[in-house]
Amino acid sequence: MFDLSGKTALVTGASGGIGGAIAKALHARGAVVGLHGTRREALDALAAELGGRVHVLPANLADAAAVEQLAKDAEAAMGSIDILVNNAGLTKDTLVLRMKDEDWQTVLDVNLTAAFRLSRAAVKGQMKRRWGRIINITSIVGVTGNPGQVNYAASKAGMIGMSKALAQEVASRNITVNCVAPGFIASAMTDVLSDEQKAKLNAGIPAGRMGTSDEIAAAVVYLASAEAAYVTGQTLHVNGGMAMI
Amino acid sequence: MSDVAERVKKIVVEHLGVEEAKVTENASFIDDLGADSLDTVELVMAFEEEFSVEIPDDAAEKILTVKDAIDFITANS
Repeated sequence: MFDLSGKTALVTGASGGIGGAIAKALHARGAVVGLHGTRREALDALAAELGGRVHVLPANLADAAAVEQLAKDAEAAMGSIDILVNNAGLTKDTLVLRMKDEDWQTVLDVNLTAAFRLSRAAVKGQMKRRWGRIINITSIVGVTGNPGQVNYAASKAGMIGMSKALAQEVASRNITVNCVAPGFIASAMTDVLSDEQKAKLNAGIPAGRMGTSDEIAAAVVYLASAEAAYVTGQTLHVNGGMAMI
Repeated sequence: MSDVAERVKKIVVEHLGVEEAKVTENASFIDDLGADSLDTVELVMAFEEEFSVEIPDDAAEKILTVKDAIDFITANS
């Protein structure tokens, strides 16, 4: 089950914790993997760890031309983009009264608009080949909201709506479009929290702990697989029961 | 038959998987050849690629038959 041999996958934001775990999991299932990110050294290190069937594709997702080029580079390197994982994202948190237009725009550009542009580029080849998977990494806050994150929450909610619309457009071509919505995931960002802060966080999660990047990657592997062919337009919440939607 | 007409018909046959005999000049992509809306977009993209022409959205909307495609491409390439 979940064999991805012969498939090609582009993972954006692969230099981060969750993106790296997704790339590794897809690779472990046999896929050729394109690693996108902004930190070249981190991508090179991950590529070295994976060995073969891997391509390093750095690009600035805030730049429209660079996003178009990334799609072209990925297709040139791998021959196709069978599986696109829009994982790259950033935050510029602040309360709305203090939020500048550029804080809003940058987050929307990278988290949502780049995902749109890459999906548009990838779906073209997927339609011709009559097979494709687009998996957008959204967030629990796209559904529940979170103070200080109006920009981030809007971008993640936008991804969910975009996925549902696109899923309907391309379903007849054996292309599925889904989201994975992580809750609190242990990362470099949460490592710096004090034990007291962590305990407080965990108290709000029925599972009593934060999730791991590998648990997000497993959800992506499932949605990328042939076995998930009949699942489209959905958001798979991976959050330890923190929100049940 | 002109070269453009032959190439257009070849694309339609390949893309829609229909018999060549059915692809007459007056055949409508949707009504006669079984295309759906996504097929028509794909056909327009295939024509653009094959003939190196740009087909704007408002022109693409008017390309409903094989003849419409041949006429547009002949006039614009």
